[in-house]
Amino acid sequence: MDIHFTADQPSAEEKAAVDQELGAPETGWDGGQRHVASDGRVAFGGHDAGSHRHKLLPALHAVQEHIGWISPGAINYISQRLGLPPAEVYGVASFYQLFSLTKRPPVVAHVCEDIACMTRGSEEVCRKLENKLGPAGKPCMGGKAAWLRSPCLGLCERAPAALVSAAGKSPRERVLAPATADGIEELLREGIDGKLPAESDALSMKASIPQAGSANLVLLRRLGKSSATSLDEYRKSDGYEALRKAIEIGPEAVVREVIDSKLLGRGGAAFPTGKKWEALLNQRKRGRPHYVICNADESEPGTFKDRVVMEGDPFAVLEGMTIAALATGAKKGYIYLRGEYPFAAERLAHAISAARKAGLLGENILGRGLNFDIELRRGAGAYICGEETALFNSIEGYRGEPRNKPPFPTQAGLFRQPTSVNNVETLINVPEIIRMGGTAYAKIGTTNSAGYRLWCVCGHVARPGVYETPFGGTLRELIQMAGGVAGNGRLQAVLLGGAAGAFVTPKELDVPLTFEGTRAIGATLGSGVVMLFDDSVDLKKILLRIARFFRDETCGQCVPCRVGVVRQQETLERLIAQKPLGTTETEVRMLREMGQAMRDASICGLGQTASSALESALNRWSIFS
Amino acid sequence: MLWGSNARETHPIFFHHLLQGVRKGAKLYVIDPRRTTSAQWADAWLGLDVGTDISLANAMGREIIAAGLAHKRFIEHATSGFEEYKKHVEKYTLERAERETGVPAEAIRQTAHAYAKAERAELCWTLGITEHHNAVDNVVALINLALLTGHIGRYASGVNPLRGQNNVQGGGDMGAIPDRFPGFQHVENDEIRAKFEAAYGRKIDPQKGLHLSGMFEAMEHGELTCLYVLGENPVDSEADRNRAKRLMGGLEFMVVQDLFYTETAALADVVLPAAAGWCETEGTVTSSERRVQRVRVAVPPPPGVRDDIEIVYDLARRMGHEWGPPKAECIWDEVRSLSPMHGGMSYKRLEEMGGIQWPCYDESHPGEIFLHGRLWADPLIGPRAPFSCVEQEPPADRLDKDYPIRLTTGRRLDSYNTNVQSGKFSSPLRREETLDISPEDGTKYNVREGEKVRVSSRRGSVIAPVRFDPGLRPGLAFLTGHFHDQVATNDLTIDAVDPKSGTSEFKATAIRIEKHSAN
Amino acid sequence: MSDLAPKPLIPVPRGPVPEAPPPRKRAMVELTIDGQKVSVPEGSTILDAARQLGIDTPTLCFLETLAPVNVCRVCVVELEGSRVLVPACSRKAEPGMSIKTDSERVRLSRRMVLEFLASSVDVSTAPQFPGYAKRYGADPERFGSKAETVAQPPKIDNDLYVRDYSKCILCYKCVEACGVDAQNTFAIAVAGRGFDAHISTEFDTPLTNSACVYCGNCIGVCPTGALMFKSEYDMRQAGTWNESRQTKTDTICPYCGVGCVLTVHEQDGSIVKITSPLDQSVTHGNLCIKGRFGYRFVEVEKPRKK
Ligand SMILES: Cc1cc2nc3c(=O)[nH]c(=O)nc-3n(C[C@H](O)[C@H](O)[C@H](O)COP(=O)(O)O)c2cc1C
Ligand code: SF4
Ligand code: SF4
Ligand code: SF4
Ligand code: FES
Ligand code: FES
Repeated sequence: MDIHFTADQPSAEEKAAVDQELGAPETGWDGGQRHVASDGRVAFGGHDAGSHRHKLLPALHAVQEHIGWISPGAINYISQRLGLPPAEVYGVASFYQLFSLTKRPPVVAHVCEDIACMTRGSEEVCRKLENKLGPAGKPCMGGKAAWLRSPCLGLCERAPAALVSAAGKSPRERVLAPATADGIEELLREGIDGKLPAESDALSMKASIPQAGSANLVLLRRLGKSSATSLDEYRKSDGYEALRKAIEIGPEAVVREVIDSKLLGRGGAAFPTGKKWEALLNQRKRGRPHYVICNADESEPGTFKDRVVMEGDPFAVLEGMTIAALATGAKKGYIYLRGEYPFAAERLAHAISAARKAGLLGENILGRGLNFDIELRRGAGAYICGEETALFNSIEGYRGEPRNKPPFPTQAGLFRQPTSVNNVETLINVPEIIRMGGTAYAKIGTTNSAGYRLWCVCGHVARPGVYETPFGGTLRELIQMAGGVAGNGRLQAVLLGGAAGAFVTPKELDVPLTFEGTRAIGATLGSGVVMLFDDSVDLKKILLRIARFFRDETCGQCVPCRVGVVRQQETLERLIAQKPLGTTETEVRMLREMGQAMRDASICGLGQTASSALESALNRWSIFS
Repeated sequence: MLWGSNARETHPIFFHHLLQGVRKGAKLYVIDPRRTTSAQWADAWLGLDVGTDISLANAMGREIIAAGLAHKRFIEHATSGFEEYKKHVEKYTLERAERETGVPAEAIRQTAHAYAKAERAELCWTLGITEHHNAVDNVVALINLALLTGHIGRYASGVNPLRGQNNVQGGGDMGAIPDRFPGFQHVENDEIRAKFEAAYGRKIDPQKGLHLSGMFEAMEHGELTCLYVLGENPVDSEADRNRAKRLMGGLEFMVVQDLFYTETAALADVVLPAAAGWCETEGTVTSSERRVQRVRVAVPPPPGVRDDIEIVYDLARRMGHEWGPPKAECIWDEVRSLSPMHGGMSYKRLEEMGGIQWPCYDESHPGEIFLHGRLWADPLIGPRAPFSCVEQEPPADRLDKDYPIRLTTGRRLDSYNTNVQSGKFSSPLRREETLDISPEDGTKYNVREGEKVRVSSRRGSVIAPVRFDPGLRPGLAFLTGHFHDQVATNDLTIDAVDPKSGTSEFKATAIRIEKHSAN
Repeated sequence: MSDLAPKPLIPVPRGPVPEAPPPRKRAMVELTIDGQKVSVPEGSTILDAARQLGIDTPTLCFLETLAPVNVCRVCVVELEGSRVLVPACSRKAEPGMSIKTDSERVRLSRRMVLEFLASSVDVSTAPQFPGYAKRYGADPERFGSKAETVAQPPKIDNDLYVRDYSKCILCYKCVEACGVDAQNTFAIAVAGRGFDAHISTEFDTPLTNSACVYCGNCIGVCPTGALMFKSEYDMRQAGTWNESRQTKTDTICPYCGVGCVLTVHEQDGSIVKITSPLDQSVTHGNLCIKGRFGYRFVEVEKPRKK
C-alpha cells in the first residue's frame, strides 16, 4: 500500500528496539538497507505486506520499554516495518494507557488510587508523593522519573499498591505492595541508578492465599506448596494427568465432560464453557483455523485471583489451555495478559518454554499427534481489552474496541475465525473436571452453580486474599473465613463483582454466593470480588471513583457509554457537592435514565454495567438526600 | 495486471474499484519503471527499463507457452497466427528478458504464471505503454498475452486501456480520428461513406485525414497553412515544444476555440471563447469503460462565452448553411441514426440508466459491460483475433555517455495535463516541478535535494530543482508535464512518433544532469 | 498529450449481449416488526426490513456505501428475547424475529443518545438533528451549562477544507471513507480513548503534513458538517450560504477517463461545492481531488473572454 510518512526519523535505539522484536527488515522497502540492484527492480508486498499487523502491540511495547516513550519517528519506523499507515498506528498506540506518546522520563511509578487501595491509605500515599515529588504526571527527581495515578493494579490484597517501570536497554519492572511514599521514592531512585534487579519480585503466596497449604483446597492446592517454576513438581502433583486422559478419551468426550460438569465461565459473563467448546468442535470440518485464548487481562477493580494463580501455578493454566485446544481443534493459543503483571509474565513465559522443551507444547504433544502452541501477549493498560472481542482487536493490532455481537467469537473471533475465550480460573477448573469426571464435578456446589470458585476478598477485611470454596456458602461465611471485618469493624457495605458489580448491605450477608443467589437480590458474582467497606468510608467517594474508572476506561466507541459515563460522573459530582440542577430527585431520575440507556444501547458489557454499582447503591441507601 | 499505469494517481476512482477487488483477495501485479503509488499496492512490482515492454511481454508469452499454460482451446477456437507467434517469441527467453528489461527472470516467470493461471485476469495499461514511438507494437504485445491465456471477452477478464481524459474515448467514438466516422466506421469504405453522404446531402473526401503529428509534418512542408484548433493546447502538450511553436506561429491563419487564453491561443488570429463543456453546456461524454453519460448545464457561462455547438452552428450559418437550433440532443440523435453502436442511446435512456456502455444497437439493448464476447461464441462470430509478432526495439532517444540518464514522464494526482484546468485551485498537494531522481544518483552527481540542476537532452535544456524518490533507481529520472511556466518538459522530450497511432515518445528521453552554477 | 490508443479490434462484430454472472439467489427471511410481517432477502438488516415497511428509523453513523460500524446507537430497536436493544443498521434479520421500533425503551435510548450528543457536540450544522430531536423530545439542556463538551477551535490548515471537531459525533464515517471502504489512504484514524477519542492524523500533524490526498470523500460522508468544504465554510462565516438559492445538477467530471458523476451545487451563478451521488455505480459518492475541487477554473477567470 502507498504509505505516506512525515519527515520524523527514528533514532538508532528505536530502530534497534523494534528490530529486536520484529527481526531485521528484509528489504529497503520495509525499512532496511536499500539494495538498488534488487530493490530497484522488484518489490513484493500487497497482501503479504499488511499481514503482520498482529505484531503491532509487541512492537509498540518494545519501544515503550526500551525508550520510555514512543516518538513520531518510532511510529514511522513501526509503520514502515509492518506496512501500516502511521495515522492508524498512532490511533492504536494512543488507545493504551501504558504507552506515552509524549516525551516522558524513563522511570515511572504507577500508584494505585483505586477503591481497594482507598480503604488502605492510597490517598495518603498520593498526598505524600505530591509533597515529596510534585504533582502526578510531571517529571520529578531531576526530570529522570515521574509518578502517575493508576487504576487498580490487581494487587488489592496487598493494598496500597504501586508498580515501577524503568525503560532502557534492559527494561526493569518492580511492584511494591503495600506501598509507601518513601518506598516508591526509593524504587524510583534505584530505577534511575540502574539498580533494579532483573528478576521481578516473587510475591509470597502465603500473603496472597491465606488458606495456602490447607488440605481441602482443589484449585489452589499447589500454590505455595510446589514450586511454580518446576515442571517436575507440577507433574508430581497430578500435573498433566488430565491432559493424558483427555487425549485418551478424545475431543468429543472432553467436550461432553465439560458440558456435564456445568462449568460456567469465571470471567464475569458466566457462559457454559462446554457449549463454547462444542460450537468450535462442530465447525472442525470447515477447515478454518481455530483459536483458544486465555483471558488474563484481569483489570476489574478488586480482582487479583488470576494473577495469583498464574504466579503460583502457571502450568495449570497451560494444561487447561492445551485441553481446550484438544477439545476445540485449535492449533494456536494466546494468553492475553494484563500489561501491569510483570511477575506473572515472567512465570508464564518460563512455564511455556519449559513445557515446549518437555514436549507438552508444540508439535506432537506427548507423542500423541496433538499440535498446539501458546503465545504470550501483554496488554498495555486498557481494562476494555478484557472484553473478549476488544481482546481480539487488540491482538490483531487494532484499537481495543469491542465488536458488535453477533457474530459471536465461536463463529468469528480472533482473525475472524472460530475462537474460544476462557478466563484463567475457568481453565484451571478443566484439568480437575477431566480427572474427576464431569458428573462428579457437577455434584460439587449447587444445582445451578457447580464446582469451585475463587474469591478476591479485600478492602476492610482482616485477612485479604484469594479464597477457594465450593459454591454454596454465604457471604457471611466467606467474610468470617477471611477473619471478619477490619478497619473500624463496623461494616457499611460490601461490593460484589467489582466496579461492574453491585453493593450489598450488612443486612444481606446471608446471600448464598452463587450465580442464582446473587441474582435474586439484584447483585452479581462478576469476577469474584468481595470488597468490604467499614462505616468510616464515604461511599459517595467510592461511587465517584467507580464513575471515574468507567470514564477513564470506556473505549469511547459508542455514544451511550462514551458520553453517558461522563454525564454520570458530572451528575454524581453535583449531587456530592449538593448543587443539583433542579432537585436531587430530578438528578437521581436522570441518573436512572442514563443508566437505562447505557444498559440498553451500549455495545458491550462495559457500558451496559457502568451504572450498575451506582444504581445498586441508589437502590439500597438514600445516599443523596 | 497494471502495465505502464499509475492509476492510483491518474485514475483514482478506478483504483478504488481495483482496491475493492484487492481487499477481496485479488492479486495485483504492476509493471512500471518506477515504483509508483500504484506499484506499492502490488503483490509484485516489476521495475523494467523504460521501453522494454515488448521484451518483457514476449518473454512472458514464451514462458506461458513453454509451461503449458496457454489456453489451447481458446487459441484454436478464436485466434489466428499462434504458430508464428510461438516461433517468434522463442528467442525471448527469460534470461534475455532479464538482460533487456533488468527484471529478474524469476519475477518474470512468476508473474507470467500468475497471469496465465488466474481464473480471471484484467490487463490494464495507460500512457506508459502508448507514449512510445512503437506504441501500437507495445499494445499488441500485451494483447498477445490476453489471447494466449483466453483472458479476454469474458466477465472480469479482459484488456483495458485506461483513458487519460474524460472524453478521449468519446472523441474517438465520434470520429475525431483521421480515418473514421462516428462509431469507428471507416472513411475509406465506400458503403459507409455513401451512408453519410446520403445523410449530409453532399460528397465526402474519400481520403483519410491527418493525425496530429501528421499535421505538424504537413505544416513543416507548407502543405497545411490554416488550422482550426478546438480545445487543444499543442504548444504545451506537444513533445517538441519549440517546433510546435514555430510551426503554428508560421501558419497563414489559425483559429483557436478554447476555454482559456492558452499559449496556443496567443499564436492565433482569432480566438473564440468557449463554454466549459462539462458544466456550462449540454451533451454527452464517453468514459474509459465506454459509458456514454450526460453532461449538463450547471452554471451559466460567463458573458460573451458560448457553447461550442453554438459557435460551430454560427460558423455554418455564415458559410451559408442553416442547421437549425443548436441543440445537443438533436446532434446526438443524428449520431444515433448514423452510428449503429449508439443507436439505442436516447437521452431518455441515458438519463434513466445513468449512462450506457456501447455498443447499444437499439432501444431494447442494455449496452455491453464487456467486449469481445463473440470470441467465445460457438460458432465464432466475426473474424479470428490475430496474434502479432513484434520485436523489442529500444526507445528512439538512445542513451550514451553524454546522455546517460533515462527521463520518463507522468502525472501527479492533483494535476492534469498542461495544468490549465487543475492549476486554478489551491491544491495543498501541489509542489513545484522537480526533477525526481534516485537518492543514489543524487550522491553520484553530488547534488542535494532542492538544488537546481541543468537538465539537457539532445534537443534542449531546462533548469529544475532536484527531489529524491526511492521509487526510482540509478539512471532513471522523472518529470511531469504539468508546469510549463516552471520547467518546460517538452523542451527536452523527443518527437519520435508512432507511425501507426501518431503518439509521441514522451516516456523515453535521454538526458544528462549537471550542477547549475546560479544556485 | 494526445491519448490516441490504437483500437485493433474495433468496431466489434455484433455478438451475444455479454452478461455478468447472476447474483447468488438469496433465501427470504420473515420477521415481524411492530406487529407487521415482512420478508427480506437473507443478509438484509433490520433497518432494510423496517424501510421496506416504510418505518422511518433514525441513523447517524450508518451510510449505504460504508460497512456499518454501529456506534451511534440511535437506530436501536427492541428485539424480543434479547437482553439489550440491538442496532437496526447492522443486525441481520433472522427468521422469526419479533421487533419493536417505537417502544418506551427504544424511545428512551434514542432520546438519551440524541441528548448525549447534542449536549457534548455542536450539532448546529447537522441536517438530521433537528428532526430527530423533535421526534424524540430530546432536551440536551438538561445536563446544564457546565456539561463537558468537545468544543475546540476549527482546524484550518489548507485551502480546500476545514475540520471543525467541535461538531464531530465520532461516527467513524470519515475514517471508513478515508480507509478501507473507499479511499484506502488512511490519513486519519480514531485516536485517544473514551471521551477523549477523536479523529486525528498521526500526532495530530496538520493535514498538509499527513497522507491526505484531498479527495474530500470524508467530507462527502460527514453527517454533521464537522468536515466542510472551505468554500462552504467561508460562505457560512460570511453569512452568504443560502441553500434555498442553490441548484444541484449532475454532470461528468472534466478530468480523467473514469467518468465520475459530479453533482454541481450552484448558488448565484457560481459553483459552491461538488459532491457525487451515493447510488452511482462508478463513484459510490467518491471523487478524487480533481473532480472534487478542480472546478475552480470555470470560476477563476470569469469572464474568460479575450
Ligand atoms: C469490560 C469488560 C472487561 C472484561 N474483562 C475481563 C477480564 O479481565 N478477564 C476475563 O476473564 N473476562 C473479562 N471479561 C469477560 C470476557 O468478555 C469473557 O466473557 C470471558 O473472558 C469469557 O471467559 P469465561 O467464559 O471463562 O468467563 C470482561 C468483559 C467486559 C465487558
Ligand atoms: S459500551 Fe463503552 S466500552 Fe463498550 S463499546 Fe461502547 S463505548 Fe466502548
Ligand atoms: S468528522 Fe464527521 S464523519 Fe468524521 S467522525 Fe466526526 S462526525 Fe463523523
Ligand atoms: S473525479 Fe477523479 S477519478 Fe473521477 S473522473 Fe474526475 S479526475 Fe477521474
Ligand atoms: S491494586 Fe489498588 S485497588 Fe486493586
Ligand atoms: S445508525 Fe445504527 S448505530 Fe449508528
